[in-house]
Amino acid sequence: MSRGNLREGVIWIRPDTDAARETTQEMAEDYVRMACAEVKAMTVPAGNTNTGTSKTLLVVGGGMSGMTAALEASKTGYKVVLIEKTGALGGMAAKLWKRIPNREPFKAPMDNGVAELVAQIDADANIKVYLNASVVKTAGAPGRFQVDIAVESGPTVTEDIGAIIQASGFTPYDMAKLPHLGGGQANVVDQLGLETLAKAANGGPIKRADGKEVNSVVFVQCAGQRDATKEHLEYCSGHCCGTSVKQAMYFKDANPDVETVVLFTDLRMPGNNEDFYRAAQNKGIVFRKGVVSNVTGGGECKVKFKDLILNEDFTADADLVVLATGMVPTTGPDLDQLGEANRAAEGGNEEAKAQVVQMMSKSVLNLDYRQGPDVPQFKHGFNDSHFICFPYETRRTAIYAAGPVRRPMDIAQATEDATGAAMKAIQAMENAGLGKAAHPRAGDLSFPTARLEGCTQCKRCTVECPFGAIDEDERRFPLFNESRCRRCGTCMGACPVRVISFENYSVNTVGAQIKAVDIPDEFSEKPRVLILACENDAYPALDMAGMNRNEYDPYVRVIPVRCLGSVNTIWITDALNSGYDGVMLMGCKHGEQYQCHFVKGSELGRYRMSKIYDTLKGMNLEEDRLMDLEVAITDIDTLPKKINDYAKRIVEMGMSPFKGL
Amino acid sequence: MSDMNQQMTARYKNNFLKEIEEQAEMGDWVKMCMQCGVCSGSCPTNFHSAWDHPPQELFMMIRAGKRDEVLESGSMWNCVSCYNCYVRCPRKVPITHIMHGLAEYAYRLGKAPKQQPTQFLSKTFWDNATKTGRVNEVKLTQTLYFKNGLMDGIKQAMAMQSVALGLVKAKRLNPMEAVGGGHKCKDIKGIHAMLAKARELEAQRKGRAA
Repeated sequence: MSRGNLREGVIWIRPDTDAARETTQEMAEDYVRMACAEVKAMTVPAGNTNTGTSKTLLVVGGGMSGMTAALEASKTGYKVVLIEKTGALGGMAAKLWKRIPNREPFKAPMDNGVAELVAQIDADANIKVYLNASVVKTAGAPGRFQVDIAVESGPTVTEDIGAIIQASGFTPYDMAKLPHLGGGQANVVDQLGLETLAKAANGGPIKRADGKEVNSVVFVQCAGQRDATKEHLEYCSGHCCGTSVKQAMYFKDANPDVETVVLFTDLRMPGNNEDFYRAAQNKGIVFRKGVVSNVTGGGECKVKFKDLILNEDFTADADLVVLATGMVPTTGPDLDQLGEANRAAEGGNEEAKAQVVQMMSKSVLNLDYRQGPDVPQFKHGFNDSHFICFPYETRRTAIYAAGPVRRPMDIAQATEDATGAAMKAIQAMENAGLGKAAHPRAGDLSFPTARLEGCTQCKRCTVECPFGAIDEDERRFPLFNESRCRRCGTCMGACPVRVISFENYSVNTVGAQIKAVDIPDEFSEKPRVLILACENDAYPALDMAGMNRNEYDPYVRVIPVRCLGSVNTIWITDALNSGYDGVMLMGCKHGEQYQCHFVKGSELGRYRMSKIYDTLKGMNLEEDRLMDLEVAITDIDTLPKKINDYAKRIVEMGMSPFKGL
Repeated sequence: MSDMNQQMTARYKNNFLKEIEEQAEMGDWVKMCMQCGVCSGSCPTNFHSAWDHPPQELFMMIRAGKRDEVLESGSMWNCVSCYNCYVRCPRKVPITHIMHGLAEYAYRLGKAPKQQPTQFLSKTFWDNATKTGRVNEVKLTQTLYFKNGLMDGIKQAMAMQSVALGLVKAKRLNPMEAVGGGHKCKDIKGIHAMLAKARELEAQRKGRAA
């Protein structure tokens, strides 16, 4: 099937005047020819036959997120394998005396809820739990993962798995790294340390390690967090303000005369935590906006801080100081660093070899993937991928991150996160079983194949695939794991010998469209501009421009591409050779704040295009014959203007000398 | 140091927040301030010269235990009771009332600034009204006008002459009130007894020596 976009692409973007009619007609005819040419070059995708049928979900991590994901998947009728590293379910939440309230009236800490979830899991026949267990190897692909699970004092078990949720959680930032805030000194604890004291007190007066009853306590927020010097955590962990409020209430609820002071710079109380904060003020917890410069522990702790409201230095005395240190995700080794260490180790560097062993020991999933043993990390070591569009998505198909391993969050958010991830994982398993792609091209039956007789084993496809879908076989040819593939076509764009194609999307399907456009001769004053537009953002933006009747130049011909990464440079050189006067590329933002739906596609595409300027020089063409545009889906009004500006620039440069050759 | 000040310092030691919560009217709201500063932004007085500290800063000073600075401050005496802050406060803190509560408490302790104009008016009004149970407007005006000496008083009286005559014509002001103590309540003793009882109850509620 192919589409000729006559309404949004032609009729709605052109004025209905006698003067315009001729060029509008030509435009429409071109689009019909292009659609016909494309459909001729396509075959109907048969679907991936190399599918797995496993519909079992693996959840790594038995904390709040993991347990929730397991239960939610089970409720929808799926089998779950739940792996927990320690000897009991519950994770970090089980170490809490109480949790931040998640229901009305949001006024007092409530039971952590772990026991209830554990009981539900124990009673659930769909959920198989491995305690004291870890993943030693994950091989295969979505729908047919083979996961080896090592259980302490027992044989290694292999499970058939359809999709994976990584809910391995976090560890608190090591307060020993904060000596200036008293980290490591007596009677200075982190938030987890205070939970231990609160559990020991069991609702009674909280006592410090030396047995003294605490009569005054100071909470230091943002300890080693939001650090502009980058020495400690740069980010806000989101939960700690609420947690400190909760912990201050432990003291006030046991004895209202305990002096509790919370020192904050910005108190962040998302959602209903605002009510919780109000309740804390009502209970007499004192909040002061101040920056702590120094903490000394011991029998009488002293906290030096500058009050930012009064602009004055103070020293607070306390029996106990609690540091709100942040969350450090348990995401395994950083793949870039590991790759570097691996290369050094292969070169015979003994130190690097030890480093590799050390890094691999931290691996959570032990993926048997060419691209490394774990899911790639995004900012600050968290497993995120495309924050705006697909929050649970990682850059490995059918592997989802949920809870604080994805981004810092509290229990309420983690519960929601786990539910979402479970739903996505189920969708991925089902799609894999049907030989279909996971989002963003959900349901797509096509998949890439390579004509191996033409392959030069350059490995560009295997290296560039943003999803680790391509391995190498023994002869170093690309080996596609179709179920891991997202169908972005980055491999197709990368291939210098153009042997990679999809049944319905290939160098030929786009090439045929480029050739199908009628190129008027040099003297017609009718230039032709080829636009290759990303189908995720740029093409819908053009469609919406049409819906808003934003007119643009009649000499452009737009071809949607799956991603800028799938653009093969041959299309551009072919187009310019056959007399197009200019080529515009429209792709998503790349880099740190990227918006590419395939993570790396637009970045790789742009990198390749940067190399094409030499070719232009060789053809004796101006650099402006190729234009690269960063487009967001919201550029509905600006995009037509940019197209028109480029059309003007083409007129300035004059017609291409390659017409009619 | 006044007796009451000594008594309170001894009772609350360094816990000034608790002292304010228990002793100043509406003081128990001070802890609910979240330091957003909407009160300061809403104040029509714009904190001209006399405001040493805007309301939210006063609240933070109370939490920080800065007893003398707060009680000796002229800030709360400058409140014009427009209630803008009270209406706008997202925490529904009755800021206007707290300002008056603080001012009154500071006065009781003998720590309020001397010769503060608002304070002088309040004191004059109170004495005037409680003496006979009725406000004697002529005497009240006289006391205020002649606060700074004879010449100044005459000057002010002359300036307001036409207003006063208008009030007299409209029978809103009786110049005869100036002589013989003016009109009174029927049961002055009863009024005084009520005030004494109220004072006793307040002392009881706040745990002060009567």
